[in-house]
Amino acid sequence: MAQMFAYIAHKCGEIDDTAAELAVAAKKIDASAEVTAIVVGDGAELDTVCQAAAKLYPQVWKFAHADLAYPNAEMVRKLLVNVLAADAIVLFPHDTFAMDLAPGLAVKLDSAYVPDIVGVDGMDGGAIKLVRQEYAGMAHAHIACDAANGALLTMRPGSFQPEAGADAGGTVTDKSGDIGDVSAKRRFLEIKVAEVGDVDITKADVLVSVGRGIEEQDNLEVAEELAKAMGAVVSCSRPIVDAKWLEKSRQVGTSGVTVKPKVYLAMGISGSFQHMGGIKGSPFIVAVNKNPKAPIFQMADVGIVEDILEFMPALTEKLEG
Amino acid sequence: MEILVCVKRVPDTAENEIEIKSDGTDIKRDDLVYSVNEWDNYAVEEAIQIRDKVGGSVTVITVGDEEGEEVLRRQMAMGADNGILLSDSAFEGSDGRGIATILKAAVEKGKYDLIMTGAQADDGAAQVGGMLAAMLDLPYASLVNKVEVDNGKLKVGREIEGGNQEMNEIELPCVLSIQTGINEPRYVGIRGIRKVASVEIPTLAAGDLGIDAATVGAGAARVKRVDYFTPEMGEGAEILEGSMEEKIDKLIELLKAKGGLK
Ligand SMILES: Cc1cc2nc3c(=O)[nH]c(=O)nc-3n(C[C@H](O)[C@H](O)[C@H](O)COP(=O)(O)OP(=O)(O)OC[C@H]3O[C@@H](n4cnc5c(N)ncnc54)[C@H](O)[C@@H]3O)c2cc1C
Ligand SMILES: Nc1ncnc2c1ncn2[C@@H]1O[C@H](COP(=O)(O)O)[C@@H](O)[C@H]1O
Repeated sequence: MAQMFAYIAHKCGEIDDTAAELAVAAKKIDASAEVTAIVVGDGAELDTVCQAAAKLYPQVWKFAHADLAYPNAEMVRKLLVNVLAADAIVLFPHDTFAMDLAPGLAVKLDSAYVPDIVGVDGMDGGAIKLVRQEYAGMAHAHIACDAANGALLTMRPGSFQPEAGADAGGTVTDKSGDIGDVSAKRRFLEIKVAEVGDVDITKADVLVSVGRGIEEQDNLEVAEELAKAMGAVVSCSRPIVDAKWLEKSRQVGTSGVTVKPKVYLAMGISGSFQHMGGIKGSPFIVAVNKNPKAPIFQMADVGIVEDILEFMPALTEKLEG
Repeated sequence: MEILVCVKRVPDTAENEIEIKSDGTDIKRDDLVYSVNEWDNYAVEEAIQIRDKVGGSVTVITVGDEEGEEVLRRQMAMGADNGILLSDSAFEGSDGRGIATILKAAVEKGKYDLIMTGAQADDGAAQVGGMLAAMLDLPYASLVNKVEVDNGKLKVGREIEGGNQEMNEIELPCVLSIQTGINEPRYVGIRGIRKVASVEIPTLAAGDLGIDAATVGAGAARVKRVDYFTPEMGEGAEILEGSMEEKIDKLIELLKAKGGLK
């Protein structure tokens, strides 16, 4: 079996939750594998992250470089081409950095690439057996990945449950000397932080959240009236913000706002992982959707199969009644 | 600026209930409504806006069967100047790398300053743009939600976690994958489609592109879909039954218990 690696995501000296999830996923591919964590960055923060990674992985490779203080995918790709064996199996979290890095890295290493994996069913000969979702989560697929020439796999955040408490007692090895040339044609300039809107949806106990099922901008009124009757705040999924019907600060999800309400009403929302990834603290989730097969019904506590354009006004009327 | 935009014809997930065939080989395709991949529509709009600002042309390209022509025509009705269909039975069953290999051959037949893809398509892979860039040895930025042309270079914003934007400078030529919300794609009416109904769209096959058929298609794919399946789900949601009235009464009771009503 080829050597297995996990690429560790981190920010401001804090290791990401996905670091522990990748360790679980790696064990599902090969329970006996000695997985090596790869930690790239710079400064004192990097050492903190390496220490945290050593609790999860028997070996940690540290790569420190001033130009890598912010992870530029083109530079990290060069680094990894320089240090990885061609048949390596490397796990990444399926986040915006890996989406930037991994497809091109797979070409440069000539490795197989499987993105956004939600399940692992072990090995079958030279193939890794994986589970993905397609069509906005409406279809599941078994995938066979020929790993003979190596494989890069990105794992959907939240799909693998880490066991708490274990300490791998790993050793950190400074591999910075192997980094090599990381010059790039893409230069990082700055981070522009998302604007804060007039309404802070993170503070609301109850959210009436609308998705593409609202169909038209004018129909938003129906959601606002319901929210008013409930003493709730209106939030939304991404297509509503893309259409400029509501401001970005109302968008729940991985590329929007993370909310922690007590009650979450998902109205005409399909339940993509990027949307659900923005809901924390296990609220009571009610989903109203006209498609009985919508993935959201697997994640909600209570489901109602109805047309939201009829259901919301009827509920409002009853509450005001 | 000569811009190439890669577009894919996909089942519209907002319009269809996707169902799996009983033998798991495919989804049921008979009554599906197809459209251009949502992300690609934003990419084409962005390309048109850039062209209108700095001059040049926009070409839309797709790998698919003859029905792919329909999305090319739609994007030409939006304002793209040219369309190219890449179609060959040897392309069937290609994995992401196969699709990128085919697109690469077509890119090398032309001369493009900027190549755009959507961030992801119907199977949520988000891979073709990054692979194509690496094969062409061009710089790449994914999830782009802002493009500014600046003196032979681009300033691009990438959408990252939390809705924050990562600003980068990138050299041309380059490949960008476009995220939704970057613009407001224009509406395409029947009249627009009619206008381009008879425009010639060249179709290129493996031979025209100089592609070795062994490097693409199902045979070359290292990543294979074994089957579609319906997972054993946990309990899922408690589905409220009855009339609308009854559902509302039950829901109000539940909301009261959970602190969802003030
Ligand atoms: C990198 C990246 C980041 C992303 N970040 C986010 C994010 O932060 N937040 C986010 O939300 N998305 C995000 N997305 C997009 C995400 O993948 C989905 O496309 C999006 O969440 C879908 O929104 P939706 O559920 O409203 O729409 P759809 O998936 O189109 O679902 C609409 C639902 O409404 C139902 N419906 C339609 N009409 C009615 C009606 N009249 N009554 C009842 N039900 C109806 C349909 O059955 C369907 O289930 C991101 C995507 C990418 C690639
Ligand atoms: N068959 C195809 N023809 C043309 N472009 C494609 C095709 N498949 C994918 N793409 C492009 O690659 C992007 C990302 O798709 P994917 O990597 O399949 O998620 C799409 O938005 C398209 O721009």
